[in-house]
Amino acid sequence: MSHSAKLVTRYTAPERVNHWFVTITFVMLAFSGLALFHPAFFFLTNLFGGGPWTRILHPFIGVVMFVSFMAFALRMLKYNHITPADKQWLARLPDIVRNHDDNLPEIGKYNIGQKYLFWTLIITIVLLLISGIVIWQPYFAPKFSIDMVRLAVLVHAFAAFVAIASIMVHVSAAIWVKGSVRAMTRGTVTAAWARHHHGQWYKEIAKGSGK
Amino acid sequence: MSMQSLDIQRRSATTTPSPDARQTLEVAKLIDVSKCIGCKACQSACMEWNDLRDEVGSNAGIYDNPRDLSDQSWTVMRFSEVEVQQGKLEWLIRKDGCMHCADPGCLKACPSPGAIVQYSNGIVDFHEENCIGCGYCITGCPFNVPRISQKDNKAYKCTLCSDRVAVGQEPACVKTCPTGAIVFGSKEDMIDHAQERIADLKERGYDNAGLYDPQGVGGTHVMYVLQHADQPELYHGLPKDPHISPMVGLWKGIAKPLMSFGLGLVALAGFFHYIKVGPKEVPEDEETES
Ligand code: HEM
Ligand code: SF4
Ligand code: SF4
Repeated sequence: MSHSAKLVTRYTAPERVNHWFVTITFVMLAFSGLALFHPAFFFLTNLFGGGPWTRILHPFIGVVMFVSFMAFALRMLKYNHITPADKQWLARLPDIVRNHDDNLPEIGKYNIGQKYLFWTLIITIVLLLISGIVIWQPYFAPKFSIDMVRLAVLVHAFAAFVAIASIMVHVSAAIWVKGSVRAMTRGTVTAAWARHHHGQWYKEIAKGSGK
Repeated sequence: MSMQSLDIQRRSATTTPSPDARQTLEVAKLIDVSKCIGCKACQSACMEWNDLRDEVGSNAGIYDNPRDLSDQSWTVMRFSEVEVQQGKLEWLIRKDGCMHCADPGCLKACPSPGAIVQYSNGIVDFHEENCIGCGYCITGCPFNVPRISQKDNKAYKCTLCSDRVAVGQEPACVKTCPTGAIVFGSKEDMIDHAQERIADLKERGYDNAGLYDPQGVGGTHVMYVLQHADQPELYHGLPKDPHISPMVGLWKGIAKPLMSFGLGLVALAGFFHYIKVGPKEVPEDEETES
């Protein structure tokens, strides 16, 4: 941008720290978990100091991630209720993925894709915590029946798959939609970005009623 | 123990062929429950040969001691008092331990390359130096056999004395059994021997005597001659039709490759979408509007 664009705040510093904390722990979990999921990924255990360390660290990181994720989700909850405008926006999805954004309905702080991601992660991360505890050696797994453990390991693998796939879409979208990453790194977006992608949210912050 | 590294037919978490150049004779241990007197000489021999010492437990008022398999007790005698016929008490004594399944659930579930191997002679062996202590083998085993040590977090179980068998000896328990209730040899010979024993038992009134070599796990390399082969549950809950749990089958069967492929696909879709349509930028005219 040649001219100095007007900026608006999208994330406060505590929100950014929280988001990055969740990001780092989530990526560590995905790498350490996938390492045990398929032999093709076993080499990832090298990032964590070998197989036993990977096995030891993963669940502890999981609990830390869970707590920080829930703190973050609580901050974002009020922006993630699905509205009629979201549904109209969704109907235009084929245009949106082709970058044909003319006359899109104005939406709030998040679009419906982001809202679906929000709820998908809440469900899968709760499932991951519960099932993860059931299969956690040596502390908890011996306390559960063998069929519980078998079910839990299946639920854990499936929930992890959904969560990781969702996050891959989330990251792809952030790279695709130019001007988004700076919201995560610096907390600001340009006013034009806010108007274009989240018109209703922009109006609210312009009025000073929201943030 | 990797004395037989040339003879590995299956290796945990490994997608390429294992060193398989040599084919060894398929072996089996046959335990004739009808001949067992519950002396536990086999338990002692196992401890002695493998240099294992479990903690001295307490007497729970029954003969089972130790009460369960552990990282130090790879075989235990299970005593069951049953009345199959009214008024005729029977004391069924089963030597419990790894069955050395032809289709081992432990090996299927294990995520660590080479922590569990199956030799071409059929023995399923844990290589503890590769074990990460995740307990997946316990999840996969239909016989509730592997145990994780509280000391080192590695999984242990009966090796079928793979070290002895590799040099042409029988397992320590077989060598020591004073009644000849445990015998060892080629799987074929053991089945033949079992048939003779079963014919004998049938003559003596055990109409349901039979061989326990469950086909649900592809047969086992530890087999039992049972007086009541129609009710294996009588023998301290020996499963009637053991097989790898469908949940484990799903997890380690279709889910593993399908979900890995799925993740790869999502990554490629994201990348090629970007390459095809390019970044989503705010149009120039909107940029300058404010
Ligand atoms: C929320 C708290 C979590 C807990 C307590 C937890 C716990 C566990 C445990 C105990 C295991 C077995 C291996 C080991 O002992 O390390 C495991 C495996 C695994 N975890 Fe987690 N985990 C959690 C979150 C996650 C998350 C967020 C992901 C995905 C990003 C994930 C992905 C995986 C995967 C892929 C496996 C391998 C499953 C398999 O072998 O099929 N976990 N987890
Ligand atoms: S009995 Fe259990 S531990 Fe032994 S080979 Fe079969 S599945 Fe593995
Ligand atoms: S505990 Fe060890 S042997 Fe058992 S599945 Fe895990 S890595 Fe394999």
